[in-house]
Amino acid sequence: MSAYLGDVAALARKDLRLELRARDTLPAMALFVLATLVVFHFALPGGAGDDAAYGLLWVALVFTALLGLARAWVPEGEAGALDGLVLATSDRSAIWLGKTLATLAFLAVAELVALPAFALFFARLDGAALAGVVLASIGICAVGSLVSAMAAAARGREVLLPLLFLPLAIPLVVGGVGSSISPEPGKYLAFLALYDAVFAILSWAAFEYVVTE
Amino acid sequence: MTAAEKYVAAAYGVFLLFVLVWVVIIAAKLSRLERETGELVQLARARALERGDG
Amino acid sequence: MSIAKPSLTAVAILAAVLAGVSVAMIFFVAPEDADQGLSQKIFYVHVPIALTAYACFGLGAWKALRLLLTRGERYDLESYTAIHQGTIFGALTLVTGAIWAKASWGVWWTWSSNQLVLFLVLFLFYCAYFMLRFSIEPGPRRERISAVYALFGVALIPVSFFAIRLANDFIHPTVFTREGPQMTGEMFAAFCVSWAAITLVAYVMYRTELAGKRTDLHLRELREALAP
Repeated sequence: MSAYLGDVAALARKDLRLELRARDTLPAMALFVLATLVVFHFALPGGAGDDAAYGLLWVALVFTALLGLARAWVPEGEAGALDGLVLATSDRSAIWLGKTLATLAFLAVAELVALPAFALFFARLDGAALAGVVLASIGICAVGSLVSAMAAAARGREVLLPLLFLPLAIPLVVGGVGSSISPEPGKYLAFLALYDAVFAILSWAAFEYVVTE
Repeated sequence: MTAAEKYVAAAYGVFLLFVLVWVVIIAAKLSRLERETGELVQLARARALERGDG
Repeated sequence: MSIAKPSLTAVAILAAVLAGVSVAMIFFVAPEDADQGLSQKIFYVHVPIALTAYACFGLGAWKALRLLLTRGERYDLESYTAIHQGTIFGALTLVTGAIWAKASWGVWWTWSSNQLVLFLVLFLFYCAYFMLRFSIEPGPRRERISAVYALFGVALIPVSFFAIRLANDFIHPTVFTREGPQMTGEMFAAFCVSWAAITLVAYVMYRTELAGKRTDLHLRELREALAP
């Protein structure tokens, strides 16, 4: 058990250290989400109200996550490092968990930029909305790191990843928007938690089949 | 025909059309399979002939 | 699990007979709906097609699970064929649903019909399945990745269903409601026969497609064996 967690931590740390050295992904995600919010200002008609802005926030978050996920398996793709990892770790699902935690950390940093900017530009975010962001981010990264591993095995992965990911992200957007604008956000948060549980377990169990040759 | 009748006919017509298109596709596939099997049979016969000669 | 597979010919004959009986029942036995009038007859083709699509997706996922658990290669083709079939029936659900929406509400598309929205999501999801499948080199890796994606599909169906129900609360109040099953006995019987007929038609198509695809593979193998 502790060996498993040690593997997970080592893999996540490896990704974070790579990112700190190369700075390939994080600045791009942060800038992208800011630029998207500015675009939204011009895309929203004057009297559109806050509800529309909350909806667009979720679009921005999903696409920012997509940007990060597209690069998630790039380090492993070079020089067949993934095959080495698959051979080296005793339990392959540790690779998925490590990648999920690393992408979650990236997404969290992007959200640390996005959410204050959103509150400044558009509307305030209450506790339920923040809880929704946290829960949806977990789901996004859990599912996203699996489907991006699938896309990494295919030709044209950059095109494929959004096609694979967006239908799976629709329930997350529903839960996220609901928790931001509904007067009773509890059921949306519960739904997000349910989504996270279902798809995290599924991805955890299925990852082995995606990466082994 | 009333509007309702037209829509009902359209809904069932869509299904009928789907079945017909499927028949066409399967027919095309079957004739391709027939041609390919024919080619393979000829190949096999030629091979058998060669072996008979040699 | 050693039920002998029914002969394809027998199933095809049964499907044809049931299809004929169901058309007769729908148009001559089942009474016209009190509220919706004639356009309610679309129900007898739309809903069975939708249920058949679910069944195909379920079958595809079941075969995918068998593939992952047993590594039996043949399940890949079976799973793929079932999902292919399901996607076609999903598209038909969208088309017949749009016709029904037009007939009863005067619009070709409505976001308040949960079933239609769900099928739109599923249609997108399963179209991506084909994109994924055809951009990976054939081999065990593709079989397993396709299988995992197919399994995600059956998890997505109920989750999306809930999500769409939840979204209706904040996107807009439901304006249109399709009446619940206040069907007479004859209507329900006609529905069941139609459902059975369409399911059997789908099954015949599935088996035929599968036979064609298997023959394709066998021919390729033969050609390689015979090649000089």
